[in-house]
Order: sequence, then C-alpha cells, then structure tokens
Amino acid sequence: MHNNVHAAGLPPTQDSALISDILIIIMQVASMHFKARVGAKLADVKLQAALKKLQGNFVKGRADRMAELDNVEALRTHAAAIRDRVLNNLDVYLEEFEKNATARGAIVHWAETTADVNRIVCELAQRYHVKKAVKSKSMVSEECALNDALEAAGVEVVETDLGEYILQLAKEPPSHIIAPVIHKGRDEISDLFAAKHQLPRKTDIGELTLEARQMLRRHFLTADMGISGANFIVAETGTTLIVTNEGNGRMTTTLPRVHVAITGIEKVVPTLEDVTTLLRLLPRSATGQTISNYISFTTGTKDAEDAFGAEHFHIILLDGGRTKLIGTDMQEMLRCIRCGACMNHCPVYQNVGGHAYGWVYPGPMGSILTPTYVGLENALDLPHASTFCNQCGVVCPVKIPLPDLMRKLREKQVERGLRPWQERFAFKAWSWVAQRPALYAIAARVGARALKWMGGSRKLIHHLPFAGGWTEGRDMPAPQGKTFRELYGERK
Amino acid sequence: MSARDNILARIRTAQGRSGAPGAEERAAVAAHLNSHPEGPRPQQASDPVAGFAACATKLSTTVDQVAGMAEVPPAIARYLEQNNLPKAAVCWPELFELEWEAAGIKIEARAAEGSDLVGITSAFCAIAETGTLLTLSGPRTPATTSLLPETHIAVVRACRMVRSMEDAWKLLRDERGASFMPRAANFISGPSRTADIEQTLVLGAHGPYRVHIVLVG
Ligand code: SF4
Repeated sequence: MHNNVHAAGLPPTQDSALISDILIIIMQVASMHFKARVGAKLADVKLQAALKKLQGNFVKGRADRMAELDNVEALRTHAAAIRDRVLNNLDVYLEEFEKNATARGAIVHWAETTADVNRIVCELAQRYHVKKAVKSKSMVSEECALNDALEAAGVEVVETDLGEYILQLAKEPPSHIIAPVIHKGRDEISDLFAAKHQLPRKTDIGELTLEARQMLRRHFLTADMGISGANFIVAETGTTLIVTNEGNGRMTTTLPRVHVAITGIEKVVPTLEDVTTLLRLLPRSATGQTISNYISFTTGTKDAEDAFGAEHFHIILLDGGRTKLIGTDMQEMLRCIRCGACMNHCPVYQNVGGHAYGWVYPGPMGSILTPTYVGLENALDLPHASTFCNQCGVVCPVKIPLPDLMRKLREKQVERGLRPWQERFAFKAWSWVAQRPALYAIAARVGARALKWMGGSRKLIHHLPFAGGWTEGRDMPAPQGKTFRELYGERK
Repeated sequence: MSARDNILARIRTAQGRSGAPGAEERAAVAAHLNSHPEGPRPQQASDPVAGFAACATKLSTTVDQVAGMAEVPPAIARYLEQNNLPKAAVCWPELFELEWEAAGIKIEARAAEGSDLVGITSAFCAIAETGTLLTLSGPRTPATTSLLPETHIAVVRACRMVRSMEDAWKLLRDERGASFMPRAANFISGPSRTADIEQTLVLGAHGPYRVHIVLVG
C-alpha cells in the first residue's frame, strides 16, 4: 500500500498544481500588504481592547502554568530534541506512521500541494456520498482553503469550533491560531447570530454559546463526514490526535461514518511518550492551561462490535512547502507545535492583530512560515515585522530561535535583491563610506552637526527626510553636534 | 512517480541522503520506537489520589470520595439532588448491576443519545498529575455517554489511579498486548469549555457542562 492515492482510485489531476499556484497567489497578495494594513489595525479601538485582554489571559496564564513546573527548561530542551529527531529522519518516521496506520485500517494519502488536499477530500466526499461535513478546527485546511473547494463540489461544510463557526457565518478568516475570532466583539456576534439563525437577538455570552451549541448539535448528529486536523501523529502506533477544549473534536471523530484527518508531514512524533512531553508544553504555552479538556487519540477504524467511530478513516499528509525547509538553515521552524505563544508575546502582534499578516499564520511564526511556504518575494514585509526583542524565542516551547530565522530571511531578501532600491542604495553607500575611516569620520561629523542644526533650540527633529515613518508620530531628539569618535578622542 | 514518492524523495535529497533508507537508518528509528523512552517528568504529588482531587477541582470538576462500590448510587443520588438534576441516567453496562433503584435513580445501560441528560461511565484509569480521566472506545464503553449528556459522572476506583500520562501508556501496553491502542483513547479533563467570545470562559461548549467524579476506595 505505498501509493494510497492511486490505490484508492484517485488519479491526480493535471491542473491541480495550477490551481494551487493560483490559490497561493490570491492568498499571498494579502501578505504583501502588511505595512499598508497596520495603520487601520492600530486605529481599531475594539481590536486594541481585545489584544490587550489577550495579553492578560494568555500571557499571564502561560507564565502562571509554567511557574508550577519545576523543570521547564528540561522539558523545552527535550521537546526540541524530540522534534529534531523526527525532522532529521522525517522520511523514515513518515513511512513508519503510514505502515502502522494502514495496519489498523486507516488509509494514508500524500498531498504535494494544498490543491491536492482539496482534490482528495472532494473525491472522498463523492465516493462516500457525503452531503454534509462537520469540521473541527484545522489550520492546515485553512492553508488549503478547503471549505471553498468542498462547497464548490456541492458539500455543505460546517465549522464546529465556536470561533471558526462564527467566522464561517461572517465569511472572515481567523486572526489567531488558537483564538480565531479574537478580533470580533460580542455585539457583532449577537447581530450575526440573530441574522443567520433567525432567532431573537441575545447578548449574554453564555446564551450565545448555548445557541451555537444547539445549532451545531444538529449538524453533528446528521453529518456524513468529520474533518479534523491533527496536532500530532504518532509513528509508533499510527495514531492521529487532536487537542480541544470544546469537545467538538471528539464529536467530529466519533459520530460521522467517515473521518478525514488533514495534517502537515512535519507533525509526526515518534512515540506516545514523546507526545506526552509535547502535551505538557502545548496547552500551557497556548492557553495557560495545565491540560486541555479533551485530548483525543484516534487509531484506525471502528471494529465490528464498536457502536461508534468512523468506518472509513483517511489521513492526508500535506507537504505544501514544508520540504523546502528540510536540510536548510530554516529547518528549526518545522519544530513548531502551533501553540501561538510567540504571537501572544509579540509586541508587533499585540498591536496589529492577526489579519495584518495576510495569511493563515500570524505573529513571529507566520512571519517565517508565510515567506518560506509561499515564497519570500510574496511576503516582503513579514520578516521585518519584528522588533527583535526575542520574547517569542524565550517563550517558544520547542526553542525555535525565531528572531534568528527572521534575520536569515532578511539576509535572503538582500541576497536575492528583493529589497527596495532606495534601501539597497543606502546600504551600498554606507558600506562604501564605512570602509574608508577618514571619510567616515568627516561624514559622521557633518551629519551630527546637520542634525543638531535641524533640532534647533528645542533640540527635537519633527521631520526626517527619507525616514518620515520614524518621525510621523514622534519627534527625534537631535544629537548635540559631536560624534562618538570626537568625544572618545577628547577623553583619551 | 507518485506524490508519496516525490515527497519522500524531496526529503531525502534535502537531507543529503540518496537512495532508499538503509538498514542502519531504519534500525535506529526502530530502536527508538521499541524502547519509547520517557522524557523528564515534573515533580509529582506524593499522594496521587489527593493530587488528582486537587487538580480536578481546579478544572471545575467536582470530586466525591466513597469507601466501596455499594455507596456509589446513593452518593450520585445526593449529587443529582444537590444540583437539581433529574434522577435518570444512562450508564456503561459494567455499572448496571449496582443498586440504582434503591437510591431512587432510574438507570438504563445503553449508549447516550442527544436527549439524555446524565451519563455515567467508569474510566480505564485516572491521571493524578492533571486530574484527567482516560476512557477507551469499545462495545461496552460507548463514547457518547461521556460526551452528549449535559452531566458526565465518572466512577473511578482508586486502584486505577496513575501518576502521569506515561504511566497510563504503560498500563495500556501491559494490559492490552500488541495492538494496545483502542480506536479512540480520550483524555478528559473537566467540563467542555470555550472562551472564543471576548475571551470569556463558558462551560458546556459542545460537551458536558458538569463533570463529577466519584472516587471509590
Ligand atoms: S513558533 Fe514556537 S511559540 Fe510560535 S507557535 Fe510555534 S511552537 Fe509555539
């Protein structure tokens, strides 16, 4: 059972690569406009309040839960080693996973592109006569824009994570990988539910949640297919697992007769013990919980006497740009366990939210994943969306050196000539001068005197030519006329 | 070349390896899978049962303790009364033989459906480190009973208390042989919850609003 896509009678389509390219281009466009979006996000009062709250909840929650452990560093080091072990032998671990999953009756599909994922799911829906599919949250399916593909194929898709359900009703993308609807206020959700559910408008959050529960319960009990992601897949046992708080993941993998789990090839973990270490860190880092409410391990199909569970279990493993990182100086990024801590702690994310990043993954992890998955030339601003404060690197449970990786991406942009000509010219000029010490001293002296003059009696510069962005919202204190070299020379 | 072959070949090329994985590479991977070594554990409570109760309570689970199985139905009856819940429930078959009627509880031994309000299960084991229950799928342990009703009550024998998730895996490996993983292994830690709207915590998102655990022995 090597090539299950073919064994299962699903011929690859010629134009899948083309569709994937087009889809990626559509999505990439949004990442190109990071800078342009930032202003609007900063001015959005509601968003700013929500982001403030996020710091209080997730940041403080994480700190509190981590403080309860006596061996955080040992856990992080071990977690990083588990991920590295897999990534260094990824092909063999994937083959082991496939072998063990297949032995239990699951069917493993391999997808090179996001378009391949959509094609496989649509063909499965057709084969099993699926009219309705319920989905638990899957960021990989967001990468694929799977819902659009399924709807085009005539399948009703219902997102069942409360946040994702709200976004589906509002036709919006998620803005956070853990709290997808963080950007939306209760009033908006009240209006949305009243309009879409055709029920009296409710404003209490408990009542809104109950209304969604009742709506979605009906869908769970009548869906033909459950679609989930996988937080991890376990090579040793051929298991996929999902971590949820709401219980929608359990419903999705328990009730419908067909279960499709979609995940990235990098999500494989060797053993149940290895997964256990990662699970000690994931909920703590993500939501500040010791453990999430439901961790659901699914292995194979139901057997004859079992009352519940899928009769048909398909697992789709997506490359989608991941192999481009293997064996490179960016490989460490594939350790990522999608906890979201890096964005919760990022001063840039904290101010602009997730939508500004323009693709599925926001925050520091997104600033690396987006350009590496969809092309450096399509997300020029993202590696620069960082103050290099390294908060993200400090909190990352698998010790990904996020600022280093962003710096490497910046270097690659320069090497490939992807920076604007003014910036390239400025650095060239600077390097030419800097290699000539006497000239450098004169230039610095002239520059410092000029800035002093510009500062005038108030010693503040209101507008810097060529760097208007820096002085738009604040004044720059003017240097007081002497350069460091001059002052140093005087002291000696 | 299939998608599978392409992906695997890309990985190998990127790693600077050529051809199919050799016996040595496979043996190294197999050795790790077969030995499945444990990672570092955090410090654990000296008394697992007390540790379990403390952790479970923090997750909004309520915990009761009784001396023997005979005391389970009256204890559950008290809980249902205190919370104004109906004295009617569905349970896993293994619990059906208890004296429910004498405690005033109408019981049925079947899988829960959407309209059942109280589901009573046991657990494969309970995990002290996090206040977690582990339930396994099977013909006599229907998953819906802990999922669909608004109230989930679990009866857990103290001898099924383990310290950590690693110990739960060990129990599974020891007791269930070669394909020890059931179709579904569900770790349950407290009532279902969401904080998706304005980051405000609400219990009972899709699953139970309440989880009550009766520790026995
Ligand atoms: S990069 Fe690290 S902190 Fe960010 S989501 Fe991934 S694992 Fe979490």
